[in-house]
Amino acid sequence: MTKSTMTLRRWFILGIVAVTAPLGDTLLSFGMEEVGPVSIHHLATLFYAFRVPEVLIGIALLIAFFGSYLASLSWADLTFVLPATSIGNVIVALLARFWKHEHISPMRWVGIVLITAAVGFIARGPSYTEMPKPHDAVEAQAQ
Amino acid sequence: MMVHYPHDAGAEAAMIAAIVVSATVGDVLIASAMRTIGDLDHIRAERGLGGAIFAVLVNLRFLFGVVFLTISFFSLLYALSRANLSLIAPASASLTFVTNAVAAKFFLHENVDRRRWIAAALVCAGVAFMTA
Repeated sequence: MTKSTMTLRRWFILGIVAVTAPLGDTLLSFGMEEVGPVSIHHLATLFYAFRVPEVLIGIALLIAFFGSYLASLSWADLTFVLPATSIGNVIVALLARFWKHEHISPMRWVGIVLITAAVGFIARGPSYTEMPKPHDAVEAQAQ
Repeated sequence: MMVHYPHDAGAEAAMIAAIVVSATVGDVLIASAMRTIGDLDHIRAERGLGGAIFAVLVNLRFLFGVVFLTISFFSLLYALSRANLSLIAPASASLTFVTNAVAAKFFLHENVDRRRWIAAALVCAGVAFMTA
């Protein structure tokens, strides 16, 4: 049996999951470009990465992502959380378009429309599959 | 500078499979762990933030999930050093949505109804379009 467990606060947490993952990845990518290529024989170079502000902020965002992701999985299904938070890809693409004035190809616009449709679709459905508790199962067997 | 890697379809398929399988196993283990631990909002209200973090960190299923997600991450890094980003990123990201839906249905017994299948397929196609 499925039910809706969502509140405004929980939608906000899903928003954090959606935004922090792509932003954290992007900042790490910028930061690692500054560090340069890391050789397998000189792995200690990786420690220099911790001096780069983009890397530190990226790591902080990814920690926030993982904490919010765990919290969301404790009150919503995996098949609800993953599509609902994929809107983050759209947010990053739109930021790139309107903030950094990057070009977005028609293919990417199609992708944005498809993901937005998926999020709208999943958001209108139930968020959590309720499992029978052990004592409920025993009672059902006894009847 | 654009780097072109020698095309080996078998090796590329194996690398994508490694990323997708390990990510799916990791996600399912973590989702299963969170389901057994219970609503973190309630745990935090009763035992505080430290109590909620402790409840998660001592769960063996959660720890195995993290191990599989780590394997997936390093498989991705390895694949990116051997094949083109334009193939590996969209293929692994979009396939993971579908395998997660299948795994959630059979292992987590989630009610994956028509609405969720359609949403997973739309996201899968959308991610492929966005990263292609």
